Amino acid sequence: MPRLPITKTPKVYVGGAFIRSESARTFPLRDARGAFYANIPQCTRKDLRNAVEAAAKAGPGWARRTAYNRGQILYRLAEMLEARRAEMAEALGVGGIGRAAAVREVSAAVDRLIYYAGWADKYEQVLGNVNPVAAPFFNFTVTEPMGIVGIVAPDPAPLLGLISLVAPVITSGNTTVALASEKAPYPAIVLGEMLATSDLPGGVVNLLTGFRKELVPTFATHTHLRAVSAVASADERKAIQLGAADSVKRTRLLKAEERIDWFSADAQHLYAIRDFVEFKTTWHPIGS
Amino acid sequence: MPPLASPPPKSSPRSGRPRPELIFGDLWPYDPAPETADPKLKPRYDLFIDGKFVPARGGKYFDTINPATEKKLAEVALAGPADVDAAYQAARRAADGVWGRMAGRERAKYLFRIARLLQDRAREFAVAETLNGGKPIKESRDFDVPMAAAHFFYHAGWADKLEYVAPGRRVAPLGVVGQVIPWNFPLLMLAWKIAPALAMGNTVVLKPAETTPITALKLAEIFQDAGLPPGVVNLVTGAGATGAAVMAHPIAAKVAFTGSTEVGKIIMRSLAGTDKKMTMELGGKAANIIFDDAPINQAVEGVVNGIFFNQGHVCCAGSRLLVHEPVAEAVIAKLKQRLRVLRVGDPLDKNTDVGAINSREQLNKIRHLVDVGVKEGAELYQAPCPLPARGFFFRPTLLTGVTQSHRVAREEIFGPVLSILTFRTVDEAVEKANNTAFGLSAGVWTDKGSRILKMSTELKAGVVWANTFNKFDPASPFGGYKESGFGREGGRQGILDYAKLV
Repeated sequence: MPRLPITKTPKVYVGGAFIRSESARTFPLRDARGAFYANIPQCTRKDLRNAVEAAAKAGPGWARRTAYNRGQILYRLAEMLEARRAEMAEALGVGGIGRAAAVREVSAAVDRLIYYAGWADKYEQVLGNVNPVAAPFFNFTVTEPMGIVGIVAPDPAPLLGLISLVAPVITSGNTTVALASEKAPYPAIVLGEMLATSDLPGGVVNLLTGFRKELVPTFATHTHLRAVSAVASADERKAIQLGAADSVKRTRLLKAEERIDWFSADAQHLYAIRDFVEFKTTWHPIGS
Repeated sequence: MPPLASPPPKSSPRSGRPRPELIFGDLWPYDPAPETADPKLKPRYDLFIDGKFVPARGGKYFDTINPATEKKLAEVALAGPADVDAAYQAARRAADGVWGRMAGRERAKYLFRIARLLQDRAREFAVAETLNGGKPIKESRDFDVPMAAAHFFYHAGWADKLEYVAPGRRVAPLGVVGQVIPWNFPLLMLAWKIAPALAMGNTVVLKPAETTPITALKLAEIFQDAGLPPGVVNLVTGAGATGAAVMAHPIAAKVAFTGSTEVGKIIMRSLAGTDKKMTMELGGKAANIIFDDAPINQAVEGVVNGIFFNQGHVCCAGSRLLVHEPVAEAVIAKLKQRLRVLRVGDPLDKNTDVGAINSREQLNKIRHLVDVGVKEGAELYQAPCPLPARGFFFRPTLLTGVTQSHRVAREEIFGPVLSILTFRTVDEAVEKANNTAFGLSAGVWTDKGSRILKMSTELKAGVVWANTFNKFDPASPFGGYKESGFGREGGRQGILDYAKLV
């Protein structure tokens, strides 16, 4: 008699731990052929708030890491993903992506992490500067992370899209709460397991699965989220912008209805980091 | 109300003579020293659209007054939606036809010209600014007007060097930009907004503040003298409704607003669902932190400048003083002494330190919040200076014994009112300074360079002044964290906010 395989219970990665939704709700994930695959946590607004708390706890420590250290940790995350490319490609396959395309997406995701790992100890040198003011002050502008950034990932390229949004945000010392693709959540479940073994402190990246309709409004209005980065429909963009006004939240919204080529070199750039830093200018006196 | 006369001087223990005290103000009156340059005001100002002064379509005018005398200075056209639309059409024609295509080096020359022509007429503009806004002539003469010229001069040089603004990417102008500015630095805010927008190749529709439109319209004369192509800058005057029309116009690719957080949020909501880029420079409640090793006299001067500069009508004003407990008593005593010699009155007098509150509405708001502060338990000290009989004036005010939950510690008063809190440790200072929804600026007074850098790292504010306060420079980016807004003005960071990456 053939051995019955053990199936994995999907859990989301929040605050460095693997949890189910506080509501105990799940939704069934079916594979490309329509067969039942697993029950995915259907996270709630309360789960989102809890994840924001976890991100807040992790924030100061992550921001204080040296840029060199953050770069190494991002590189380590790329190592973890590289080593488990086959498993991740299979996870992408659950959502109906063919084998070759899945492998290509995983490779691109690894490369994207490497790209931002390299930026960690350089972006400051390009974005910040010393300002020649007309007074006896050493005046300099540096960047600082904004704090906690909410991320809403796209359905196409469920892994590469998610990583392309998360990586630039954490490179500069922000922490994140990210909602994975609603249609293809399984790669984010597997990604959580890689994050857990990557030296990335718990709480820096918190991944939720669930329904956009339920969670996007809370991403918009949660005042502890200092910014939102989302691939969103016209209605969602409007909702996010309306909610953002309440606490003067920063938003970076890409249009879900437009085709985004996540594989292109244009999908990664310094200015994706810049969009989630604050500029601080200090006037330091010069004198005896 | 405290008595007008100074308290009886304490006698020196040795000689029995009164201890000398350099407070002359209440012993004999000063002679007035008015600035007499001609502001060259017109009785009536029209809108500036497509390079020409044109009346508003509705034919309506509103009065603009001198807040120090409440007398009418001029009447100004009230722009309606049709006027705003005409301004945007002109701006789009200028963006597509001339300005957006012009070589950067040529755009630069126009901006240099504007800077020079403004320097030529600096004194005239300073008087006009003081008449219309109520700020002391020494501030408009030594700060507002020269700094406005400096902004045009600084940004002029960027116009042909834009490939250095965003390393790795090419930049392009956004098109037409809608801008709404406040009444506290009417000419300077206009320069902050217009100069980087124009350097990048955008054209502008700008609404000056309702109460302070005059220097903007005078600058339009300079735009004409400089030969600036028609439509590159369009000025529409009016109140909130005009501002809303400027922000909402479909041609505006970007809007830039400086003003209160409350209005900033309304604008953000009204633009939700559009693709307009935004920058917001909103309110503040800056902490000015004095440590016990600070040079106390210098710090007290800085605190006075931090909160009484421009009557406290400064979004980055140091309105929360955090004093280290060991020196709190000494600092407060010195502050009170310093307040007694502040000269409040005629803004055109060259010796005036604190001028007129910009409007009756603002004066009422300040009075209300100070009343709330006293009701909530703060102790009030006001300078015992005489105030002019007419005009909008408010005594320089200290509130001591303020706690973090008091409204005067949380809300922006936008007036000459300083709320004083104390702290014991560095961590407590950081905690209290950051315990606010705002994050525009902060001040640190200490003798230790390492502590300056530590505090600068910890404070959640866009600008940190160390052993100084309220310093500005066109090369120095300015803007807030949190509910103080987003985007920067000035420097390389500021000009990029007027570009798109291509």
